[in-house]
Order: sequence, then structure tokens, then C-alpha cells
Amino acid sequence: MIDLLDRRLLFVTGKGGVGKTSIAAALAMLAAEQGKRTLVCEVDAKGNLADFLECGPTAFEPIEVAPGLSAMAMDTEDSLKEYLSLQLKVPLLARVGPLAKTFDFVATAAPGVKEILTVGKLCWEVRERNYDLVVVDAPATGHVVAQLAAPQAINDLVKVGRIREQTRWMVDILSDPAQTGAVIVTAPEEMPVSEALELAERVEDETTVELAAVIVNKVLPELFGRGEEEVFELLGDPPHVDDLAVAVGGPVEPVLDGARLAVNLRRTRAQHLERLRTELPAGPELVYVPYLFTRTHGLRATRTLGESLAAELGV
Amino acid sequence: MSVALRHTDDGPVLRNLEQLLAAKEIVITCGSGGVGKTTTAAALGAMAAAELGGKVLVLTVDPARRLANALGLERFGNVETRVPTELFEAAGVEPRGELWAAMLDTKESWDALVRTHAPDVETRDAILANPLYQNVTGKFVQSHDYIAMERLYEIHASGRYDLIIVDTPPTRHAIDFLEAPERMADFFSSRLLRWLIAPYRNRLISAASKPFYKVADTILGAQFLEDIAEFFILFQTMYDGFVERAKAVTRTLEDRRTTFVVVSTLESAPVHEAEFFIRALDDRGFHLGAVVLNKVLPDYLLDPSAAASASTMVERSAVVAGKLSPELGEPAVVGRVLHEVGESFLNYRVVATREAEQRAELGRSPDVVATAPYLDADVFDLGGLLRLGATIWR
Repeated sequence: MIDLLDRRLLFVTGKGGVGKTSIAAALAMLAAEQGKRTLVCEVDAKGNLADFLECGPTAFEPIEVAPGLSAMAMDTEDSLKEYLSLQLKVPLLARVGPLAKTFDFVATAAPGVKEILTVGKLCWEVRERNYDLVVVDAPATGHVVAQLAAPQAINDLVKVGRIREQTRWMVDILSDPAQTGAVIVTAPEEMPVSEALELAERVEDETTVELAAVIVNKVLPELFGRGEEEVFELLGDPPHVDDLAVAVGGPVEPVLDGARLAVNLRRTRAQHLERLRTELPAGPELVYVPYLFTRTHGLRATRTLGESLAAELGV
Repeated sequence: MSVALRHTDDGPVLRNLEQLLAAKEIVITCGSGGVGKTTTAAALGAMAAAELGGKVLVLTVDPARRLANALGLERFGNVETRVPTELFEAAGVEPRGELWAAMLDTKESWDALVRTHAPDVETRDAILANPLYQNVTGKFVQSHDYIAMERLYEIHASGRYDLIIVDTPPTRHAIDFLEAPERMADFFSSRLLRWLIAPYRNRLISAASKPFYKVADTILGAQFLEDIAEFFILFQTMYDGFVERAKAVTRTLEDRRTTFVVVSTLESAPVHEAEFFIRALDDRGFHLGAVVLNKVLPDYLLDPSAAASASTMVERSAVVAGKLSPELGEPAVVGRVLHEVGESFLNYRVVATREAEQRAELGRSPDVVATAPYLDADVFDLGGLLRLGATIWR
């Protein structure tokens, strides 16, 4: 399996709430620090990406947010205009505004078309070699599969027309593992794991893109080592707990309760992690990223995530 | 914010979820993905059936399999199914009313809609067989939102239930589903649409002369445009009905018998989404009934004297260990345990502090804010739902 950061195009996806955008930002930042000219692209422009990179609002035109790292957000109308002028050499009509709206309208009614514009734009950036790596913060679940399958799907729906001709080269890029990989971000909880397993299957069955990695975010640390948990349990009983309060000079029951909560949370999540490990098909790299206690967003958080990823990916 | 005041001019202020659900006919849960929205909707339904009585329906979207099992949904899905009383009894509860559940299946719901409202058999069959129809209704995100609202309208209008709890589809922006009825009405009555299909209705108009068609033709191919046109022509026969019903759904959402419950955790992304949604509800004059916060860390994590103890356990673990009975174990091991316990407390304290700030932000607007802690185990049966429900009910 080719290393994640050695590829040209990475689609980062996952269910809402698992930290997909933060991981996409961290991967992109890591790649840039490795000396790769990197573009990170937000598909569902919610503005989250900007939070993790502490940059201004992202737009269709990429902005440089750090040395070697640019960020952008997809926009149907802008990508259509670019597509028309670059790919089809169709002269821009005087009133491109209304045309784009109509196209958006029609494109939404005929799925595959809108996805083509998104994937097309991204593949184009790869083909033009404006960047060494394009990291896509893709929409959660269902839609990303539609996007990855779009070039093929469009062939079924559209029998003739220039759009069909245009999709061959996209398919080539997407199905080449040296160039493209999918990354599923998940967390050690019931729904995220179920979604990740389902997504993995769908990427395999419905697209030609290789599933390169599954990144498990928010992994809680093991609290106790060998032989320590028994000590902890004794500590909670009289007379030890009372002795402890005296020795510490303050209330200890809440502190012990906190540890019990931590152990419980870790234990519940470990079960979900185990399920993921067992049921995930062989192939994709399984990467663990620890839960960040001290920070949840902003550049510092992204850097910290990047450090964990670097260690796991052996970069 | 004075959202709640606007809607309580003819009734008592509702202080908790129990009172809220007793006073309303439709409760819509909303929030971003991963916050426990579906579980909360199901828990509220279980509590309402158990404590308030009457016929309660929980309309869910894409529930986890175990939750679906807990409600007896695996086999029935789209069709409304009664949750057996035995399941309540197994949880040690004698319910005053009935709990029903259904899982919204977009494709089936659309097909049912077409079957009911198509003007004749030929049109009905043509639509159902149309490949664009399959795509639009299966993948078109707004169609998912729209059909959920349609289903809600149909169920409410039938008067089959005393209380309907609707779990909303996980959309990119939670607000999308609120606008779905309006958008669908616009979609079908727009001039753009009529303009698009005009050439195919009236052979006298030459399509080739219009610039849009030239470009679209080049991009998509003429056949595709014809397919789209055929689809919309077929659907047009149901236009008026769609527009009417979309308006009716919007009226239902605005009605004072409908309320919204925003579900969130205290992580920053869900909180932002929740705040955005609360503002959106206010803008539209919808009723915000409550905010439910899930997975809230316990208050003791914020206790300063406990934090002081934890710090001592970290910084002076060896000294403290030395003062404890040797029965516990080797002092080095005891010291490590104390250090780990103290450090863990301080770590979670940081999270709890951050979350308390988020909570203060969210808690400003609604009258009712209910919080649910982390539960010992995941919720996977009716007993679990009732336990969760109990933590937020009063």
C-alpha cells in the first residue's frame, strides 16, 4: 500500500462529529511541512476548515495559508464557469449568471453532474500539477461515494455530449492508487464505527478509488497499567479512601469518581474499536489519533493532530 | 432572547420536557450529526408513552441497528409499528399509553406519494420507472428533507397519534429541512422549470435557437435534456398538489402545537450548529421548546477543592503514597496510580471547563435546558432509552 502522503489526491471523509475536517487540515499541514505543495479543499463549505487553519474565509480561488499550503472551498457556479472556459472552450455567454443558476438547478435534479464538477476540478488540479498533493475535506458518507463514482455513473446517464468524453481522464486518476486514495475518519463509538464499516464497503463496491487508510480519532488513553487497577479499586474502599483524604488534605471521592468515569469511557470505546479492527477488511492502514484534552480547534490543535499522524504514518 | 415568550401568551410557561411534550402535538428534534439526536427522540417517545399516555409515534431517520431493534423496527421499517408492551414490561414499566415507531425510508415514501397523488395509472407507472426519478428521490438531499416533512404532514393530518416526535434527517445544515417545503414549492412552480421544459411541450418552439440549450446540449447531450423534460412534464401533473401540501406543511411547522428541540453535545462544532439553528428558528417564528445536551461531563470535575486534591496527587504522589497503608501495594505502584488518577481528573477538568463555557452560551435562549450525562453503557434497548429519558424528563 502506497504511503498516504505520497499520493496526489486524498479524499478525507467520515460521519459528522468525528473530526474529519480537523484531520484533513492536519494531513494537509503535515504534507506541506514535508515540503509538498499542498492544496486542501473543502467541498461542503461550512467554514469549519478555516477554523482549523486559522485563515480567512475560504473561497473558490485558493489562498495560501502557510508555506506550501493553500486552501479553497468548492462552489458550483465558479467551478462551472471555470469548466466551461477551460474544458469545453465554450465562449462565455454575456449572462453567465442566470446560466449557472439554471445549470445548478438542472444539475441538482440530475445527480452525478454536480459531483462531476467537484471531482473534475480536483482531478484537474492533480493533472495540471499545480500541487503535489490535494487533500479533499469531502462530505460525510453517502455523497462522497456519489462523488467518487460520478465519473463512471455519468457515463450511464449521459449517452452523448462532451461531459461524457471529459470523464475518461478523471476515471484514470481516481482508479490509480499511486494517485488517489480515500481516507475514512472515524471515532471509537457505535455509530461512527458502523458508518465507517459501511463506507469502506461502499467505496470498495461502488467506486474505483482505493481505500488507503482508516483514521480513528479521539482515542482515549489507557488509564492504568498492569496491576494498577487493583490498587485503584482498593484505594476506593475504607479505610484507604479516608486515609487518602487525610494524606491529600482535601476531598478525594470526586477525583476517584473521575477516574472511574475515565476507565468506563475508555472501556466502552475500546469495544467499538475492537469491532472496527475485526470487521475492517485487510488493506487500508489503521491509524490512531489520541483525544485532545487541551484543545479542540484552531491551529495549535491542528498541529498537535499532525504530530500524532506523523508518528503513526512513520513520516 | 424572547422566543419562548411569543408562544406562551395563552398557556403556562413550560418548565421541563415532560410539560413541553404534554402540551404539544409535534416535537421535532434537530441538531448536527453525532450528538445523539435519534436516541434522544426515541427516549422522549418512550417516556411520553410511559408517563403521559395516549398514542405516541417516533418517526426516525437512519437509526443505528441496535436502536432500531430496541424499537422493533428491523422488519417493518417504513410502516408504523407498535412497540410491544412486553418490551416495556421487561424494563419494569407499565406504560400509560402506546409507543409506535417508524423509520423513514425515502424511496418508499416517495413511491407512496406518487402512487397516492398521480392523476392516473399511466403517469404513475411512467414516473416510477423513470431513471431520473430514481436518482432524484434517492440521492437528492433536499428530497430527503422534503419527504420527511411530507410524511409528518400526512401523519398529523390523519389524527392517528396524540404526539409525534420527528427525528430530522442529518443534513449538511440542519436548517435545510425547515426550508425544504418552501424550496420544493418553488422548484415546481418556478418559471425556470416551465421555461426548461417548454420546447419539449410545444414542438413549435425551436430549441436550437436558445443559447442555454446550445450550451446544455453541448455539455449534456440532447437526449439527457429530453429525459429531464419528460420527467418534469410527468411530475407537473402533480404540481398543484405539491405546492398545496408544501404550504400546509409550513403552516403545521408554524403552528403553536409544534415545537422544536435542539439536541447537541458541548463540543464546539455541534454548539455552533445549535446556535445557528436556534437563530434560524427565531427568524422564522418557530417555537424553540428546549435544548437537550448529551454526554455532559459531571459537575464534580469543576469543583476547585477536588482539583486541588488532584494536583496534590500528581505533584506529590510519592509522598502521599508513603502515608497510605502498605496493604495497598508497593509504594511505587501506589504512587503511579495516584499520579494517573490525579492527571486524568485534571485532563477531564479542562474539557469540563471548556464545555461549561459552551453551555452558558447555549443556555441563554430557551426556557428548558435538559442535560444527559454519559451513561454507563450505550443505549440499545427500551430500558436504556427509558433510563436516558429519565435523566432529561423533569
